[in-house]
Amino acid sequence: MNTSLQPVTDVSVFLASHADKELLRLVVVGSVDDGKSTLIGRLLYECDGLFEDQISAVRRATAKRAAAADGTNGNGGPLAQGLQNAATGTLPGEELDFSLFTDGLRAEREQGITIDVAYRYFSTPRRKVIVADTPGHIQYTRNMATGASTADAAVILADARLGVLPQTRRHAYIASLLGIPYLAVAVNKMDMVDFDRAVFERIGRELADFARPLGFTQIRLFPVSARQGDNITQASGRTPWHEGGTLLAWLESLPHQRHLDAAPLRFPVQYVLRPHQNYRGFAGQIASGSVRVGDEVMVLPSQRRTRVTAIDTFEGTQEHQRAPHSVTLRLADEVDISRGDVITHLEQPPAVLHQLEAMLVWFGEQPLDRSRRYLVKHTTRTVPTTIEQVLWRMDLENLSEVPAESLSLNDIGKVHLVCKRPLLCDSYRDNRRTGSFIVIDALTHDTVAAGMILGPAGASAGRTQAGSLITAEERRARLGQSGGVFLLPEAPEAEERAFQLERRLFDLGRHVTVVRGDTEVALALAETGLFVLFHTTAPQARRALRDHGLALESSTDLDGWVRQILATQERPQP
Amino acid sequence: MSESTSARLSHLTVLEAESIHILRETVAEFANPVMLYSIGKDSQVLLHLARKAFHPAPLPFPLLHVDTTWKFRDMYTFRDQFTAQHGFRLLVHQNRQALAAGINPFDHGSQKYTHAMKTQALLEALAQHGFDAAFGGARRDEEKSRAKERVFSFRDRHGQWDPRRQRPELWNLYNGRIDAGESMRVFPLSNWTELDVWHYILQEKIPVVPLYFAAERPVVERSGNLIMIDDERMRLRPGEKPSLKRVRFRTLGCYPLSGAIESSATTVGEVILEMVNARQSERQGRLIDHDEEGSMELKKREGYF
Repeated sequence: MNTSLQPVTDVSVFLASHADKELLRLVVVGSVDDGKSTLIGRLLYECDGLFEDQISAVRRATAKRAAAADGTNGNGGPLAQGLQNAATGTLPGEELDFSLFTDGLRAEREQGITIDVAYRYFSTPRRKVIVADTPGHIQYTRNMATGASTADAAVILADARLGVLPQTRRHAYIASLLGIPYLAVAVNKMDMVDFDRAVFERIGRELADFARPLGFTQIRLFPVSARQGDNITQASGRTPWHEGGTLLAWLESLPHQRHLDAAPLRFPVQYVLRPHQNYRGFAGQIASGSVRVGDEVMVLPSQRRTRVTAIDTFEGTQEHQRAPHSVTLRLADEVDISRGDVITHLEQPPAVLHQLEAMLVWFGEQPLDRSRRYLVKHTTRTVPTTIEQVLWRMDLENLSEVPAESLSLNDIGKVHLVCKRPLLCDSYRDNRRTGSFIVIDALTHDTVAAGMILGPAGASAGRTQAGSLITAEERRARLGQSGGVFLLPEAPEAEERAFQLERRLFDLGRHVTVVRGDTEVALALAETGLFVLFHTTAPQARRALRDHGLALESSTDLDGWVRQILATQERPQP
Repeated sequence: MSESTSARLSHLTVLEAESIHILRETVAEFANPVMLYSIGKDSQVLLHLARKAFHPAPLPFPLLHVDTTWKFRDMYTFRDQFTAQHGFRLLVHQNRQALAAGINPFDHGSQKYTHAMKTQALLEALAQHGFDAAFGGARRDEEKSRAKERVFSFRDRHGQWDPRRQRPELWNLYNGRIDAGESMRVFPLSNWTELDVWHYILQEKIPVVPLYFAAERPVVERSGNLIMIDDERMRLRPGEKPSLKRVRFRTLGCYPLSGAIESSATTVGEVILEMVNARQSERQGRLIDHDEEGSMELKKREGYF
């Protein structure tokens, strides 16, 4: 299997094959002692991800450990066990402690556990693989989520002797939450159970039953021994009953990395390039979709329309470009655009949301505090945010939703966020790039949570509407709108404009009303699905509503307000 | 999630787009960034990516060379020519105190020397100019403790790295928020491998220091390494006899501490061929990594890159 043992003689042939390889991001997860490090070490070793001096360093360290284990306790660790096996001749070939290729930190070597996510690299004939090697310990669930956030595929290990553990289920759940489509369950240490088919099938069935409803595109099972190399890169003669091939063959067979070039265009402006008076370019990475010179585009949140006049790169101007390229766009009009704005096509724009529901994986040492100021970093936009409400927390023991006031370290839950400026976003399910965000503690600057956008607040269930048997969903289906409060500018003429705006929206088929002064009434009406145009000059009422609704800009004309209001509404349900 | 099977993307294309994103993100979020320039192949690739990221504008940050004064002469020549040719703003910083005290790689051992001339010098330079973000060309495939490194690597007021206090890094969302005095090290090449770097150098025709290619050079064999005698400051140990050998370097640092390999590769293509066939990790020739197990990790904790 060691494909490159033959000397390479023609660099152009070699590079042509190398250049054509696609990047696959893989995350390997499992409980402590399930053998993740060993599995990854084995993959690196057998796929030529290691150099001779690294191998000889591990060979030396293996011998050193073995000597130490021999002197102190004869029956102790798995290594001593392994050596004993080796001595009795049950192990073929050389005995290397493959886990030593990966555990890099001193504390990890001392404790024999993996603390932090590490990234490893190897190549297969078709793929360049980046492996996130993640800690299994529950204390480091956040690191598992970190590794999973960019992965296209996940391998979950289960110990053949212990079966499916709560942590195994937890990892499968997190992998599905983070949108990984392909899941392999490697039932490891099959050598310890004599490659018993019944054991494999029992564990496999249990985990597959659990994982199936979580929404994976594909779930595969492999009976393996990471230590001895069964069914990892080489088919094992000890599992003749297994027809699923090797883990490596599976990695090779997966549909290539997910491309977002067929999704609608999302171009979050990252940096404005202005080297001289005559050049103004908007630099960024195409998050999804593609763009062509001449395309009509809209800039959010201002909703200004213009046209793409050039796609600039270092190599020259291009006619067409797609995700995930980093490019610079030039536009036909002098539109005021800054970092954090999004350039999109006119059809299928992202949602513009001040209030949204999201899943959070909490990383902070301090629990979530609803009175605390947080920052949400979403694409290239960072906005002050409060976490209005925790809707529920996931009980990771049995995957049930339980009521919660807060989230603590490693908790996963659903929350209602209120952002000071809108996020220009899609649901995470539709777009991983524009549906994800991180939460930063405004005071300590720590990254305290990872977030996945579900949709506008109140859209998902009637849970938030205590005292009503009608859900927001039902109301929206009836009215064709999800309702909301729109705070008019403080300008004296705003009151007069309110009625014009009401007429305009009514003529557009919307259910709309004007409210003056009473914030409670405004909110209650909005809950029923109405558009509430709110006008007051009382600072207290304005403050109270600013966090709940959309504050309309005084600089915008009536048409601008109409567009802003309509943009807050979800696209109509089919 | 939409998928398309029409267009395939090679991994180098994906890596390039990702690195450019990181470079722009840093410049957008920090007040005073700098790019560390070590004159090596990774630096050259990083610099090339930076030119792409900000084209057609000039680089929005200066380059900083932390100069131990013991680099190869070819490196100094290359540095001055290359940066002048492109009009890059280059800052050179040396630890004056350590120089005055006569710290050198022969008398003080590689650990003490590296701490003074590289780690201390770097921290001095960052503090002196008030840089709040520093790009480096480090890759995760170089060394085991590097594999744990974030793209945005947070350093405290003393430039120190604490692996337990790293910020989780998800998707392509980097948290660049720091307080005064704190700083960030940023590694846009994190996901590149040594092969990717050479492949990209070939593809983009990026110039590198000639020391990466084989030539006859005067060397002595010292504890299994071939050390080049680059100038008259080299001290020979009893019994050491310089000889001319056809050698090149996989990694460049201070000449008394960089081991050469015997080679006949004189082009980037030949270097790649030799590398994929030789299968020795590039840091093997770097004496400072092998002081003891976990050596790189300790250096990083103190503020080394």
